[in-house]
Amino acid sequence: MADIKKSGAYICSGCGIGDSVNVEALATVATKEGKAALTRTHPMLCGAEGVALVKEDVASGAVTAVSIAACSPRVCYDIFNFGENIVLDRIDIREKVAWSQEPRHMETQALAEDYIRMGMVKIKAMEIPIPFIPEEPSKTIMVLGGGIAGMTAAINAAKAGYKVELVEKEAALGGFANTLGMRLPDRAPYDAPMENDIASLIEEVIGDSYINVHLGATINKISGGPGIFDVSLVNGANKSFRAGAIVLATGFKSYDVKKLTRLGSDLPGVVGSVEFERMLKEGKAPPRRIVFILCAGSRDDEHLPYCSSVCCASSLKQAWLARQANPEASVTVIYRDIRTTGNMELFYKQVQQDPGIFMTKGESPVVAQEGGELSVTADNTLLGGKVKFMADMVVLATGMVPSTLDPSVKVDKPEDQMQDFDRDQVGKASILKLDYRQGPEVPDLKLGFPDSHFICFPYETRRTGIYAAGTVRHPMDASVAKNDAVGAAMKAIQCVEMVPRGETVHPRAGDLSHPEFAMERCTQCKRCTVECPFGAINEDEKTNPIPVKSRCRRCATCMGACPVQIINFKNYSISMVGAMIKAIDMPEEDEERPRVLAFICENDAMPALEMAGINRLRINPVVRFIPLRCMGSLNLQWIADALSSGWDGIMLLGCKHGDDYQCHNIKGSELATTRASKVQETLDRLMLESERILVDAVQISDWQKLPKMIDDFVEQVSGMEPNPYKGF
Amino acid sequence: MNDNILVIGGGVAGVTAALEAAEMGRKVILVEREPYLGGRVIRMAKYFPKLCPPGCGMEINFRRLRANPRVTVMVDSEAVSITGAKGEFSATIKTKPRYVNEKCTACGDCEKVCPVERSDSFNYGMKKTKAVYLPDALAMPFRHAIDMDVCKGPECGECVKVCKYEAIDLAMEEKTTSVDISAVVHATGWKPYDASKIENLGYGQIKNVISNVEMERLASVSGPTAGKILRRDNGEPPKTVAMVQCAGSRDENHLPYCSSICCLVSIKHANYVREQYPDSEVYVFYIDLRAPGKYESFYRKAIDDPKIHFIKGKVARIEEDERGRAVVTAEDIIGGGKKRVACDLVVLATGMEPESKSTVPLLAKINSDGFIMEEMQGDAGLISCGVASGPFDVTTSTQNSTAAALKAVQAGVRR
Repeated sequence: MADIKKSGAYICSGCGIGDSVNVEALATVATKEGKAALTRTHPMLCGAEGVALVKEDVASGAVTAVSIAACSPRVCYDIFNFGENIVLDRIDIREKVAWSQEPRHMETQALAEDYIRMGMVKIKAMEIPIPFIPEEPSKTIMVLGGGIAGMTAAINAAKAGYKVELVEKEAALGGFANTLGMRLPDRAPYDAPMENDIASLIEEVIGDSYINVHLGATINKISGGPGIFDVSLVNGANKSFRAGAIVLATGFKSYDVKKLTRLGSDLPGVVGSVEFERMLKEGKAPPRRIVFILCAGSRDDEHLPYCSSVCCASSLKQAWLARQANPEASVTVIYRDIRTTGNMELFYKQVQQDPGIFMTKGESPVVAQEGGELSVTADNTLLGGKVKFMADMVVLATGMVPSTLDPSVKVDKPEDQMQDFDRDQVGKASILKLDYRQGPEVPDLKLGFPDSHFICFPYETRRTGIYAAGTVRHPMDASVAKNDAVGAAMKAIQCVEMVPRGETVHPRAGDLSHPEFAMERCTQCKRCTVECPFGAINEDEKTNPIPVKSRCRRCATCMGACPVQIINFKNYSISMVGAMIKAIDMPEEDEERPRVLAFICENDAMPALEMAGINRLRINPVVRFIPLRCMGSLNLQWIADALSSGWDGIMLLGCKHGDDYQCHNIKGSELATTRASKVQETLDRLMLESERILVDAVQISDWQKLPKMIDDFVEQVSGMEPNPYKGF
Repeated sequence: MNDNILVIGGGVAGVTAALEAAEMGRKVILVEREPYLGGRVIRMAKYFPKLCPPGCGMEINFRRLRANPRVTVMVDSEAVSITGAKGEFSATIKTKPRYVNEKCTACGDCEKVCPVERSDSFNYGMKKTKAVYLPDALAMPFRHAIDMDVCKGPECGECVKVCKYEAIDLAMEEKTTSVDISAVVHATGWKPYDASKIENLGYGQIKNVISNVEMERLASVSGPTAGKILRRDNGEPPKTVAMVQCAGSRDENHLPYCSSICCLVSIKHANYVREQYPDSEVYVFYIDLRAPGKYESFYRKAIDDPKIHFIKGKVARIEEDERGRAVVTAEDIIGGGKKRVACDLVVLATGMEPESKSTVPLLAKINSDGFIMEEMQGDAGLISCGVASGPFDVTTSTQNSTAAALKAVQAGVRR
């Protein structure tokens, strides 16, 4: 049984708020319309005296829910903190009112009063989340792949005190590194290849009692989610275990050199870089004239469009070693660009000192057999025009293809029934075999790599608790792969620590709320299971959604998707926002004071709006902003509520979508756009203009553009008749 | 033994390392020399290849910081001594007086009355602020600071008179804090290589020759020209812009290594110019165009733009003509002969020099280029990340900072 909530409204008049609006009138709104149990005003609420006022009221039980009407929630967060058992909300009447509106104007007062009204119904609706903690969560880390990256992840997780299940499909550990002779330098002075120390890494793994190694093993199935990944293996003994997080380190395959017939791959004496490495490792003396062709089948739309970043350095290493093995050898390297970045430049410099290695820029090389020799002809060389080199051996430096790609894999559905996540599974190698309704493998970014889309957050894959590391994530050399694996192990450890606390991981790190489904009203429409960006919702045979909450990132896209509004969070619900929409004082039709509702994404659009305020730009006073966790959480019920309450226009301001999407919930703003377009039809039927709804993208740096963007829309809306549903 | 972690440096690398360790459960002390977090990246307009604003990711990190009481942020601070060993270090941190305390609400009343101006270091000297200033609209912590080098002090005191919150304390003193930690993460970052040392390229003499970091400020909405790229002498829009790659890099006389990001930054700058001025022409003078890995497609898009010209050849010299334009003379290796282009603006793609080169971090060993040596990765409880470790891009820095967090966590574990 819940106690009746006692709302406290605390209104600050500092920072120019008191010069901009009548704070006493705001207090009256909070008490009368907002039904606050207690309302206080203060000239500096963030000061010691102001905070003490609130703390006393909380301690005495005079209030059980606190609304602070002052500055933005992005500041003073440590000051306005009254413990976990109090509902707390911040009403921003500083950046969004005092700093961006005309002081002492009637519409400014109306705006502030509306925010108080909205804030008071909001805390009434908010409940404190009860954390969801899965039963018997595990802190074991599963590492899939026993090459350099996988072994490094395992060792580092173990060093931090975590148990590891290391699963390797071959009969021995080592992966690709087992095929390497000498490796690239990874420390100063970067001037020579170094010993391949893979054997010592293997020894370290085998000797670590925290690491349980499964050789010759692959996955049979993985069900569950973060904290509760139930893994069963295929390896004779059919082992199974529970893991809390997964590091995916299954590595790469070299691009199939047989496809490079244009470069003579079918001719004798023409080999790929992998085979040449094997020859060097086996101590075979290389022939006298060797030509390396870099970017063989890379940076090439017919083969691999991307660059594999390592092949330049790796080829220089092989050239150097070939010359060591056969001092009579003369090596020619035909390149497009030598991409030895960072400290690898120093190695390039060293290799350039060898008079037996000649390097030239050359485009469109052609390899042919002439008599018993090979010839390589290239364009645009540094010598001008075309040039031909005769060779005994040609080495094609091929690129890296992630192990997650398998062109033979198809999805058994007709094309017109395929969802986006079905298309994501086409061509995906069967590795993880996740028991997820949206498909068994991690959706990738582009080109087959299960990488993160975010520059700032390299481990943010589309499946919670599964972190890619090493060359499966993107092409990289061994020392980078090692470091990458340590990072992935960190993320895995973080995940297994956060799940038993009921917390979600990045980007809403620490959020304890989670979606609750009122299943008695579910119509099994599957929209939530399809639209969840992270595949967090499974399905039963009757297509009822079964949320697996530890997979959830709390973006509330499911809440936005549900056409019957059965999904809600304790502190963020459809009825909460609906109440806020209906709470304002809507002017009469004949007052000619339009009202525009703007939903803003709290990650980009809201900070942009606040920065406009910080820079004292004027924002149109007829707009009321409601921040959302993600534009993907926008439920069409709110649009219906807004229109039926008389709002004249609605703006949806989210982040950029498309190929370079910014949304950390993948499709938030895109989904909002799609949903809004469906509403256009309803609007037309209701004889309301479809131009009353605007969807636009706002980046955090767009704050200068915001005033005009908003003004333009308000002008557009003002040109229409007032919403005839006002006053209904 | 404790398991607290000290992170020195509050740029994107330090903030990342601190957050990753704190979210897992550790207490972290994050120390930053400047009055704000964000380091070099929040002074950039956009990141390559997505051309997205650095503020976006940084805002998420600030959000994570707000939600995590385990991180103690100390700005205006430097670690001045560290003693002890892995698992049991003791560090002394000095916090310089900011002369503005936590009561500051950033309302800005003080700025209006301050009589003194200063060169704005956030804007690489391209703009001025008052002696009392807010570092940036996205500054965290969001409060003002006073530059005591130029402030007139208590004899003026105009700011104190108008501050409603008693937030200004002109007598503020330095504070010293001691902390016990198990590991130290050096995330001290970089500074732009001083382009005036490259004698033949005219930086510092020719007004329209600027560095890549200055170009970022020109393109930034909070920069000296509100985001409009303009000639530095007469404020006119540029029609012809040149990027000079490897300016002072891959060069024994300057920085011998490649900074790995400058080619991509120049392609990004070419995008800025072309977007603002559809009739402009951009020349990129390069030695090797380094767009490795998946960045290749970013390069390809630039190649497809007929008004962006990639010319392989080292720039021999830059001279000023009578119209104030910067005339670039370079080899044209593929085309043959020389190329001479009169440009309205020339951007030197200068490299990154690690801060640790001029100020060796406590207990750290640096190599001859000033980067913290690779061997120093955890065994002694001392770790480095970000550009302190090597010349990396943002995505690699955040990746190796995440790794550094785990190394730091390990230092507090006895196994």
